[in-house]
Amino acid sequence: MTGSCELSRRHLPTNVEDLFTRPSSDPQQFHVLAVDDSVIDRTVIERLLKISSCKVTTVESGTRALQFLGLDGKTSSSAVFDDLKVNLIMTDYSMPGMTGYELLKKIKESSTFREIPVVIMSSENILPRIDRCLEEGAEEFIVKPVKLSDVTRLKDFIIKGRKEESNERMIKKRRIQHNCSCSSLAKKPPLACDLPSSIVPSSPASSSKRPRFCEK
Amino acid sequence: MELGQLQRRFLEYTRSLHADGFLDDQFSQLQQLQDESNPDFVLEVVSLFFEDSEKLLNALSLALDQQTVDFKRIDAHVHQLKGSSSSIGAHRVKNVCIAFRNFCEQQNVEACRGCLQQLKQEYYLVKTKLETLFRLEQQIVAAGGSIPLME
Repeated sequence: MTGSCELSRRHLPTNVEDLFTRPSSDPQQFHVLAVDDSVIDRTVIERLLKISSCKVTTVESGTRALQFLGLDGKTSSSAVFDDLKVNLIMTDYSMPGMTGYELLKKIKESSTFREIPVVIMSSENILPRIDRCLEEGAEEFIVKPVKLSDVTRLKDFIIKGRKEESNERMIKKRRIQHNCSCSSLAKKPPLACDLPSSIVPSSPASSSKRPRFCEK
Repeated sequence: MELGQLQRRFLEYTRSLHADGFLDDQFSQLQQLQDESNPDFVLEVVSLFFEDSEKLLNALSLALDQQTVDFKRIDAHVHQLKGSSSSIGAHRVKNVCIAFRNFCEQQNVEACRGCLQQLKQEYYLVKTKLETLFRLEQQIVAAGGSIPLME
């Protein structure tokens, strides 16, 4: 996976933050990808999300979801990622073909998309199922039927989480700038290809990784 | 009938459907998602439910008529119906589905057949009642009023 070189091909960031965060004042709407084999549930979830001011894409299967994300091996994932910017994936658990759990695994295995929060929805409140999903990295497990309060809570929680991460990065960056003897580095836009691979995060949306431009 | 009367009738009817367990809170949730920008939202979802349910009920009849009953397939159909009835708040239909699934698990053909009959009954009941509700709604809209929601 030539992640780091694809980054520089897409667009040159004007400052360090653009490589790793989406500023919270981003005019782009919160985009949710909803996956459910039931047309009734897709219609309801779409309405719930639109009323909550989200941009929504609904698909009927895990396979379609992977196609949409460009993870099916047929589309170039980097090309799709920029235009789409999916902020949250909500998937039904019981679906024919690929289950929501299997979809969750595929997303978490992808270096491009693993940072996107995934929420599992299920009509069945089965504890081992819930545990398994959470262990695999699901953000939350919602028992159906999904209510407006579930969506509102979820959206707030995820946006808050991104804001906090973004603030954290700002604070850490300021600290680096302050401590670093080579402070001029922070002002220059680094080309991702030029950085040693150990400090390039696996995805632009990566939350836990950040660069250290100079060690103290 | 004047607007106020129509609206009261609508409210009373909605309340009775809830009280009798035909509809539950999820239906109210759907009503709250309807507005001027999406005035037919509930009708749209319920119509999808009717379409889906009728297909499933037919498939269930067929499956239970077979020489060898495929319980796995039947369970899958009932699971789908349980999901969709739950999503629109068709409470009694959902409850019959739950019982139905238990009988599938037990592989009890007779009990399953009995459940299917009950399911058909409950489905046609809620369908009739929802159609009545939508007619009342149409009359209110035609009279220039807004749809009152239950508290």
